[in-house]
Amino acid sequence: MRRPGVLASTWVLFRKDLLLEWRSRARINALVFFSLATLLLFSFALGPDTALLRRGAGGYLWLALLLSSVLALGESFRVERENSSLEGLRLVPVDTRAIFLAKGIANALLLAALGLLLVPVLVALLDVRIVLPWERLLTIIGLGCLAIAAPGTLYGAIASHARARDVLLPLLLFPILIPALVAAAKGTALVFEGDPMGQLPSWIALLGGFDIIYWGLGVVLFPRVIEE
Amino acid sequence: MELAPAFQLHEVSKRFGARWALVRLSLTVPRGAAVLLTGHNGSGKTTLLRILATAVRPSSGRVDVLGLDAAREPDTVRAQVGLLSHAHYVYEDLSGLENMVVLTRLLGEPRATAATGMERLGLDPRDDRPVRTYSAGMRRRLALARLFLKQPAVALLDEPFVELDPTGVSELEARIRELRAAGTTLVLATHHIEQGLQLCTDRLHLDQGRSIAA
Repeated sequence: MRRPGVLASTWVLFRKDLLLEWRSRARINALVFFSLATLLLFSFALGPDTALLRRGAGGYLWLALLLSSVLALGESFRVERENSSLEGLRLVPVDTRAIFLAKGIANALLLAALGLLLVPVLVALLDVRIVLPWERLLTIIGLGCLAIAAPGTLYGAIASHARARDVLLPLLLFPILIPALVAAAKGTALVFEGDPMGQLPSWIALLGGFDIIYWGLGVVLFPRVIEE
Repeated sequence: MELAPAFQLHEVSKRFGARWALVRLSLTVPRGAAVLLTGHNGSGKTTLLRILATAVRPSSGRVDVLGLDAAREPDTVRAQVGLLSHAHYVYEDLSGLENMVVLTRLLGEPRATAATGMERLGLDPRDDRPVRTYSAGMRRRLALARLFLKQPAVALLDEPFVELDPTGVSELEARIRELRAAGTTLVLATHHIEQGLQLCTDRLHLDQGRSIAA
């Protein structure tokens, strides 16, 4: 029979990654509690000034997502290290771009679900109001999570070969993500506080541009990264 | 037109840090041959198999598999080569059948071949326990089922009898004979030399990464 192309292989691997996430629900629970604890710690650290907490809510959301992403990304490659499954995929052979796309999209989806879960917590905890339409917030969360997932998946693959992988991943990832983090936090803050100057489209465009660049780079570089 | 040999190695060396696993190894294996690969622990058997499977690249030298340059066309080579490795290439949190179904879909094979492939290796496809709960022998059988599902033109078996019970060994020997009858080129690395000699026609002995007369 004819072997599947990149998109069909991506679909097969994406479903496999989601199934693995579902089977390891204890890890998802840990991720949720970690992100909730991070949000709580921010609010405790800044004290009872609710106006200050509300102003920083967009930033806290994205910092919680960023810190959680390190756990999620590391975990997504741990299952591939067990029994050398990633090597097994290479030897099938699977188009390595499909491995990147499947894992990247699955990571983005997991982070986006986490982001959506954290928004009501922000509303309850920090008395945040969502001033602009919900679709804007969904767009920012979607684009922001794609922005974390693309370089995160690429660097997760690099770090998975290293002994100090848990330290290496954030060291590689965080500096790269600064523009995306700023755009996502600013955009989210505008959704929470209103956008009288019409700045939101610019931040969304910046996030979109970041996504295009890093997903493109990931597709090109990932095959080189996972070959010896 | 004469077919290219199954393998041709030209002065192949492989170094891991300061240690040489293979040293300027040259050999030719014709198609359909069955080669028993022997040698002490650390003699380079696994490295040689992994280089032939394109899992690792040699530090120097050239490897041709079925007439293809393995460095230039690794995916074409991989499509025709099956490696049974010490790692089983399976996902611990999926069941045996789920692991096999992922592979059938990636190979473009019908889904039903996943269950058939498991049954041929004595595994029950209705067993929905995750692989994490499998015994060592069951994992080995699943890894073998994965290999046979691929129907490779070249099968590289690294210690295939390890962890199998006597029934599993007999079944595997029967599968290996089927492969040979179908014209598959076979390289079998094992410490069980008598058993290997019954299945193979040629022997290659490695000592500290060098080929020596067996």
